[in-house]
Amino acid sequence: MVKKNIHRIYMFLVFIFLYAPIAVLVIYSFNDSTSRGNWGGFTFKWYIELFQDRDIKSALYYTVLVAFFAASISTIIGTLSAIGLYNLKKGPRAIFMNLNYLPVVNPDIVTGLSLMILYLSVNMKLGFLSMLLSHITFDIPYVILAVLPKLKSMNKHLAEAALDLGATPSYALRKVIIPEIMPGIITGFLIAFTLSIDDFVISFFTTGSGVTNLSIVIYSMARRGVKPTINALSTLMLLAVLILLFLINKKSSLTNRDNKFDGGY
Amino acid sequence: MGNKQKYLTYPYIVWMFIFILLPVALVFLYSITEKESNTIKTISFTLENYRLFFDPLYIGVILRSLYLALISTLFCLILGYPVAYFISKASPSYRNTILMLFILPMWMNMLLRTYAWMTILGNNGLINTFISWMGLPKLNLLYNNAAIIIGMVYNFLPFMVLPIYTSLSKMDKRIIEASYDLGADSKTTFRKVILPLSMPGVISGIIMVFMPAVSSFVIPRLLGGNKQAYIGTLIEKLFLVTGNWNFGSAIAIIMMLIILVSMSVMNKFDIDKEGSANLW
Amino acid sequence: MKKNVLLIITILMVLIILGGCSPQQSEKVVLNIFNYGEYIDTDLIDEFESKFDVSINYEIYPTPEDMYTKVKSGATSYDLIISSDYMIERLINEGMVQEINYDNIPNYQYIDDNFKKQPYDSEGKYTVPYFWGTLGVIYNTEIVEGTPDSWDLLWDEKYAGQILMMDSQRDSLGAALKKLGYSLNTVNPDELEEAKQLLIQQKPMVMAYVVDEVRDMMIGDEAAIALLWSGEAVAAMGENEKLNYYVPVEGSNIWVDAMFIPSDAKNKEVAEKFINFLCEKENTLRNIDYVWYSTVHTEAIKEVEEFLFDNPGFNPSQETINNTEMFRDLGTNINLYDKVWTEVLSD
Repeated sequence: MVKKNIHRIYMFLVFIFLYAPIAVLVIYSFNDSTSRGNWGGFTFKWYIELFQDRDIKSALYYTVLVAFFAASISTIIGTLSAIGLYNLKKGPRAIFMNLNYLPVVNPDIVTGLSLMILYLSVNMKLGFLSMLLSHITFDIPYVILAVLPKLKSMNKHLAEAALDLGATPSYALRKVIIPEIMPGIITGFLIAFTLSIDDFVISFFTTGSGVTNLSIVIYSMARRGVKPTINALSTLMLLAVLILLFLINKKSSLTNRDNKFDGGY
Repeated sequence: MGNKQKYLTYPYIVWMFIFILLPVALVFLYSITEKESNTIKTISFTLENYRLFFDPLYIGVILRSLYLALISTLFCLILGYPVAYFISKASPSYRNTILMLFILPMWMNMLLRTYAWMTILGNNGLINTFISWMGLPKLNLLYNNAAIIIGMVYNFLPFMVLPIYTSLSKMDKRIIEASYDLGADSKTTFRKVILPLSMPGVISGIIMVFMPAVSSFVIPRLLGGNKQAYIGTLIEKLFLVTGNWNFGSAIAIIMMLIILVSMSVMNKFDIDKEGSANLW
Repeated sequence: MKKNVLLIITILMVLIILGGCSPQQSEKVVLNIFNYGEYIDTDLIDEFESKFDVSINYEIYPTPEDMYTKVKSGATSYDLIISSDYMIERLINEGMVQEINYDNIPNYQYIDDNFKKQPYDSEGKYTVPYFWGTLGVIYNTEIVEGTPDSWDLLWDEKYAGQILMMDSQRDSLGAALKKLGYSLNTVNPDELEEAKQLLIQQKPMVMAYVVDEVRDMMIGDEAAIALLWSGEAVAAMGENEKLNYYVPVEGSNIWVDAMFIPSDAKNKEVAEKFINFLCEKENTLRNIDYVWYSTVHTEAIKEVEEFLFDNPGFNPSQETINNTEMFRDLGTNINLYDKVWTEVLSD
């Protein structure tokens, strides 16, 4: 019992650490002054301005679109290569992993500029597609890193047993391996989505034709002061996800089918 | 079975070649050419850019960056492991919610989050306002290494927690039960069974935190007040402000090598652990 | 679990499809503009679009260096760019800017002659000035005693730990060079060495080297003294009455941001039309009201609000202007500044 409480207190403190800056960010979305240094009174005007701001709306649209597609595609490619990679011999695997680390190690500016040069050298017009390709590129390594631990801790004989029992390799993959490493796939998707939403440098240098994302808008605002409309937008995003989570949670606790799923094998 | 699944890596191998290897080759080419030879006809090779790096000035910069990244990674691990462990122990219906709540703050823009930390840590910030309200002297919380480390841990913590959680979740409970049955107490079970089994997740987490932390530049710039040069800020400046892509590329290549070598050392460690895990 | 994932994916898809309905391509002429963030009243863009039946692709960038790197690569061809003097000079030197046909810009007559034919465009062929300002010192009158007028304030031991410098090598080194009485475009290694020593000596007193955050830090009373551009200083003084700004008597930097048309522009005439549109008095006034930077418009300055007109940051004396120097593009000599600045930061 005491132990349980220690767990709870620890998690509570970590969540305070995580959400303290978010709370600040939310509070400043109601600040009547444009400056962080000054509390000018309570206002809703940034929320109203938000809905009139053409640039922010279009940036939000491209941000979500790119993040969603980049995360989905990189999750698929990343998961498949992680499974394949897991079956490679030690030598090739080491080479593969080292190459995979490159986009993680490289500073964003180096990745961004070298990708820009790559697109230009094949005469590709910079815009939505080039930005999406770049995001997929820096997302995949993280998906592999998220999926691999689950593969490693998976019981190796599981897939073999399925094959012995007459399953085709693709059937075994779909019905045995994928469900087994599902937590890794989900965290991989989440990490990819997060990285994609937050990227500025690589996006800036690989986009064009009027396509911008929120990070570009925000970093470009920095010199003149980031407007609280961005805080208002963040608050709404936060709220939307929280409501979504609440609904899902309510639904799953009603059906309670997760219990059956996670009961081990 | 194993060999047949190798083909699954082929799409990514092609992808890697185009989007990772080619650009890195380009960076390498920049690093071994002279600045004024940017057309193919007049290209001239040089090792000057690498020689230039071996100045105590730049060695200091890279050591400082590695040191800070290491400390931040360590804190992420110490702080993050228990979190991952507790999430994996939570009731299954809440697990995914907790996980989402954990990553949700990272969907807010990093610049805004870092600004928020400045509001919290500043001289007239929330913490200092509270402290002076208590009648205690104000603290200098912003613009030092501690502030950078707080910022890094904050930004990278989920990347440590998620992979560790992944390897802890769905762990075969019978293994743990067996350990208890064989007379091990909970400490021993954790040390001898759970920890080794979660090692792949820990390794992934360390890589996901350490590597980007070395070259990050927004956090040292904003929370450290730029009082010292870091490798990320240096490279960014060389590419954009100075326009010296050649020297910038050389530093990037050196950094890549240093980190990859240290990672392969760690991966050896990983493979050993995996061997012992296979006993099960 | 799977159901949840599916649910999330479906909701995201719906959102994307809904969002996808808004921005649509059309047959109109497309004008590609590249500007600093928050540096124009965006209503003016909408107005221009409907008035002239043009569609505008408006992109923004954070720093002139970001802009340069992207434009230089030839990635996207822009029709109109707004940027800063030294960067425009570099682009002109590299043949990346085309001459403007001033006949298409009748409102050019309202631009103050003080800002035409500046060093970055000495013959006045390529640019139309947009806004301008100075580099100076902003300070908190409740903490700083007296009325300072010199760079010495940034080196005053009394205020150790409360001084903000800029993490911008040209600006911070420029302040040190001016304090020493040198040109802020010097390429003399000895003079730069002296400036370096001065900055290293100052370092223990410096609270932080920041750029974008100076404004908020000064408004929030986090620091007492800072090196800052006039435009930001005016904005800060509007939020916090305790603040004051001056251009040091030893001389300082003057900067001009201008509009220009890159050589690969596709719609030169429409771009000129847009420049002319921005130079109309009414539109300039609206822009001033949004941006709060010093204007180059001889008619608009007469009608700006009093608090701006009387602000020495917004409207400095002719004497102050005469005592300033513009940053020049240094070419590869920028490496000298780079090394010196890295040494200051690594000390």
